[in-house]
Amino acid sequence: MTMMKLSLGPLQYFWPRERTLAFYRMAANWPLDVIYLGETVCSKRRELGTRDWIALAGELAGSGKQVVLSSLSLIEAESELGALARLVDHGDFWIEANDLSAVQLCRERGVPFVAGPTLNVYNHEALAMLVEDGLRRWVPGVEQGHQLIGELREGYTAGGATMPELEVIAWGRLPLSFSARCFTARALDVPKDQCGFRCIDYPDGMPLATRDGQPFLRINGIQIQGEEITDLGPELPTLRALGVDVLRLYPQDVGTGEVVAHFDLARRSLTVPPRMGARNGYWHGEPGMRMAASVEEPAVA
Amino acid sequence: MQLVCPAGNLPALQAAVDNGADAVYAGFQDQTNARAFPGLNFTDAELRAGVAYAHARNAKVYLALNTYPDSVRLAQWHGAVDRAAELGCDAVIVAEMAVLDYAARTHPGLARHLSVQGSATTEPALRYAFERFGIARAVLPRVLSIQQVERLCERSPVPLEVFAFGSLCIMVEGRCQLSSYVTGASPNRHGVCSPAKFVRWHEHDDGSRTVRLNDVLIDRFGPAEPAGYPTVCKGRFEVGGEVFHALEEPTSLNTLELLPRLASAGVAALKIEGRQRGVAYVASVTRTWRAALDRYRQAPDSWALQPGWQSALSAHAEGHQTTLGPYHRAWH
Repeated sequence: MTMMKLSLGPLQYFWPRERTLAFYRMAANWPLDVIYLGETVCSKRRELGTRDWIALAGELAGSGKQVVLSSLSLIEAESELGALARLVDHGDFWIEANDLSAVQLCRERGVPFVAGPTLNVYNHEALAMLVEDGLRRWVPGVEQGHQLIGELREGYTAGGATMPELEVIAWGRLPLSFSARCFTARALDVPKDQCGFRCIDYPDGMPLATRDGQPFLRINGIQIQGEEITDLGPELPTLRALGVDVLRLYPQDVGTGEVVAHFDLARRSLTVPPRMGARNGYWHGEPGMRMAASVEEPAVA
Repeated sequence: MQLVCPAGNLPALQAAVDNGADAVYAGFQDQTNARAFPGLNFTDAELRAGVAYAHARNAKVYLALNTYPDSVRLAQWHGAVDRAAELGCDAVIVAEMAVLDYAARTHPGLARHLSVQGSATTEPALRYAFERFGIARAVLPRVLSIQQVERLCERSPVPLEVFAFGSLCIMVEGRCQLSSYVTGASPNRHGVCSPAKFVRWHEHDDGSRTVRLNDVLIDRFGPAEPAGYPTVCKGRFEVGGEVFHALEEPTSLNTLELLPRLASAGVAALKIEGRQRGVAYVASVTRTWRAALDRYRQAPDSWALQPGWQSALSAHAEGHQTTLGPYHRAWH
C-alpha cells in the first residue's frame, strides 16, 4: 500500500505577518509532504507580498517538502496578473492554478501546475487537455464527490493513460463562491477600496447564520465558505480505493497541527479514524451541508 | 454593438426578433444549458422554427450549451453540439473545455462563444480559450469594473460581449456552489440555481411569510413586504448581530447609462439576461435597448438617457431596483 501524501492547502484567511510566518515555521516540522503557499482570495491582503511568499517557499523547500505556489482564484486587475507572472516566472516551484489565466501562463512558460479546486475540471477529456498543458496534479472542485471522480478516472484510464496525481480536500471549510464584491467590507459597512483590511480581525472568517439562528456560511472577504469544517477521515478506505494520492488539509485558526497529526496517524493505519469534523455531503453525491434535507428526503412545508 | 436577447421559448424568440434583437440565445430542454427549468427551452422542431424565423428577419440564433458535463454525460453535450449545427444555429455558447474542443474539431464552421460560465476575466484566460478552441467571442463574467472592461477590450484576442441588463449573479459565474451546497443541484452540473422543487413557502397566522430552500431559512417577509425568488445570494441573514442582505439585495443589473462607454471601448455585443422571463419582459426590454442603441448610432455625441427608457427597464427589474453592479467601483 502506497502511503497517501498530506498537503497543507493555501491559507484562505488573512492573518498578521508574524502569525503567518510563525505558522509556517511550525508547519515545516509537521508530517506534511506538500505545502501550498500564497494568497488565493484577495490581492489587497499584503501582510505577505508576492516576494515574501516566494522567499518563504524557498525556506520551506529546505525542509524537504514540496512547495507549490497558489494563484488568486479571481483575477481582475493588471497588477494581479503581474503578481501571477512573478510566481510563474520564478520557475523553481509548481503553481496551483486557480483560474485559466494561471493555466495559460504555466502553459506558455512550461511550468508544471496543479489544477486547484476552482478551475472547473469535470470530465476526463478536460483533464487530458490540461495534462497536455502541464498539469501534474488535480484537485477536484468541491461539488465533485466519490462517484464523479471515479467515473472520471475510469474515462481517463480507459485508453491506457495514467491518471495525474489526485488530491482531495479532506479537512476544512469548503470554498463555495467568489465575487467582485467584498462581503466582509459590506458587513462592516465600509467601501471595498477603503476596507482597512478588516478581515485580519476574523482569522477563521466571519460567521453568517440564518434568521432562525442556524450557522450557515463563513464570509471571508470576496469568498464565501461553508460553515462546517468537513472531514473525510472516516472515508479514508474509499479514498484509498479510489486512488487518492494526496489529502488536502486547510489551515485554520487553531488546531491545524493536531489535524495534521490526526491524518498522519490515520494514513498509516488500516483502522478507520473517528470523525472529528462534519460529514461532507458532496462526497456522497448529496448537498454539501449537513443541516440541509437530503435530495432523497425533500423538505415538506 | 450587437443586441443579444434571451429566448426561453418560441414566442419569446419571436418577441425578441420583432423588437429589434440582432441575435437571440436559446437552449435545449435538458441540462446542457444554465436555465434548465421545467417548461422552458426548445425542442428540435421549435428551434428549427425559431432559426427560420430569426434568419428570415436577419437575426442570429446562438445556442447556449453552457453547463459542465461529467465524464458519463459528455456524449449528451457532444450530441447537443451536433444538433445545434444541424439546426442551423449561428454559434454555440460554451463554457466547458471538452465541449469547446469537440465543437472546434467536429464543426469548425460553427462559431464558438466562450460562455460567461467559462469564467475568463483576463487577457491570458481569453488567449487560452482562443488558442486552444478558436473561440470567436467571449462573454465576460459580471465581476469587472467599467475601467477593467475597457482595458480588456484593448487587449483581448477576440471580440467581447458583456451583460447589459437583467438578474445579477453577484458571484463569479461558473464558480458558485451556494445552490449545490444547500440542495445538491448546481448551476454548473444541472443548469439550475435554487431549483423550485426545493423551495418551500410558509404563510404564518400574522400574514408574514418564510421561505426555505431545502429546509434552510433564506428569508422572512412581513405581511405587506414584497418577496422575491429565494436564492442564497439574495436572502437575509444574521452577521455580527444584524440581519440584512449580507450578500446582495434583490436587484437587477442595468448598464444603460454606460452605453456610450461600452461602445467606445469596442464591446462587440450587449447581452440581456432572462431566458426564464416571459414574452412581455423580452419584448419591452429588447425594444428599450434597441431604441437606445439606435439613438446612439444616429447621434453618438448627443446621446443621453431618456427617462422613459429607465422606467421601462425598472418595471422589469427584481424588486423594481436596478444597479450598475460591478461596473461601478462603489458596488464592490
